[in-house]
Amino acid sequence: MDAYYRPQHLAKFGTIGEGNQKLADKFFDYYAEVFKAGALSAREKALIALAVSHTVQCPYCIDAYSKESLQQGADLEQMTEALHVAAAIRGGASLIHGVQMLEHVHKQVMA
Amino acid sequence: MGAPETDKLIGPRATTSLVSRAAPLASAARQLQVLERTGVAPFKATLRPAAVEIFQINVGKLCNMTCRHCHVDAGPDRTAEMMSRETVELCLAALDRTAAATVDITGGAPELNPHFRYLVEQCVRRGKRVIDRCNLTVLLTGPCRDLPAWFAERGVEIVCSLPHYRKRNTDLQRGDGTFEKSIEALERLNAVGYGQGNPRLRLTLMHNPAGAYLAGDRASMEREWKQGLKDNYGVSFDALIALNNMPISRFLEWLEASGNLHAYMETLVNAYNPATVAGLMCRNTLSVGWDGRLYDCDFNQMLELDARYADGERAHIRDFDPARLAARSIVTARHCFGCTAGAGSSCGGAIA
Repeated sequence: MDAYYRPQHLAKFGTIGEGNQKLADKFFDYYAEVFKAGALSAREKALIALAVSHTVQCPYCIDAYSKESLQQGADLEQMTEALHVAAAIRGGASLIHGVQMLEHVHKQVMA
Repeated sequence: MGAPETDKLIGPRATTSLVSRAAPLASAARQLQVLERTGVAPFKATLRPAAVEIFQINVGKLCNMTCRHCHVDAGPDRTAEMMSRETVELCLAALDRTAAATVDITGGAPELNPHFRYLVEQCVRRGKRVIDRCNLTVLLTGPCRDLPAWFAERGVEIVCSLPHYRKRNTDLQRGDGTFEKSIEALERLNAVGYGQGNPRLRLTLMHNPAGAYLAGDRASMEREWKQGLKDNYGVSFDALIALNNMPISRFLEWLEASGNLHAYMETLVNAYNPATVAGLMCRNTLSVGWDGRLYDCDFNQMLELDARYADGERAHIRDFDPARLAARSIVTARHCFGCTAGAGSSCGGAIA
């Protein structure tokens, strides 16, 4: 293997069952069930997956859910807004810890 | 009334026709060669026709638009391919010899054929369900502005192309300004009663993906489109159908130019769904070309893959023979994977 990420690996996801088929089957059954349209539409689920893909920075997921989002009727503007939701949460998660910082500072610095 | 003056056909243009550019892919034989060179295995299912339920008439390639994905290579320059009154009469005579309940009229923009209203009128008089495959924007052009009310009086079903319920993907595929014009046309159709749940005034929207991917979950998209169009533009429709893009003509040109051809063909083949085969439209549809030649579907028509009788003779409307046609085999090639992928694809939408 000369690269950590290869596009062909996406199509080989199913081979992960080689070491434990039972667990792989359970995972893929669960996965398929999760993405069926339910209380959320297939398009909404694809957009959530797209945003999470960028948060976990998985190129396989970004490849798969860019296509899936388009296929389920999303357009570039909707997909971009989904990414900004991920970016906002990610940035917010850093910034909210600033309240801890403030408490440390207020405790240790003379008012 | 003659054919409309094409310089007065006001419509969005995403590209120009392959024919007008003398592009190699204007040739059907070249298109079939390109598909063969992808290395995709031939389409092997042997298909036999069932009873003809849908009599589909393509009245010509003239259109006020030139969409990027058009499988007909239609456009304002395609004035030569126009069904004559004589061929219309032959179609009506042939129609009377079938039990087809539906007449599906397509093009180009079929409304621009000078015999279109006569054909519709004759089919309505025969008690047929008549479908007009409409690009929406044509309803805003001079000669067609009265058509919504004219259609409503006759109970013609309208199947409209609208690739997306938002502007971006619609205009990318069909040309700048398409979306606004389409919304205006939908408003006019709504105003005469279309798209309000009345089965006599049925308004169906047709979605084609705006790129190298398949049509998604139809029911889910229909719910979102209904809500999106109602909330944002105040227009309504009855049903959404989703049709995969066939890898032929201008869509094939785009697939090649964008480097997507091989991956798209792989996507189609990998998504092959045997459950779609029994319901393929080529089995219950007869497709008539502008010049009277007969085909198993509109896509075969554009690839010039004529329906052939068992003895190999090409079928034509002037010697229409239902019994000989029933004994034929349906002509298939690699583009047929477009109709068997995923939930399947037909002029009536998903199959499986």
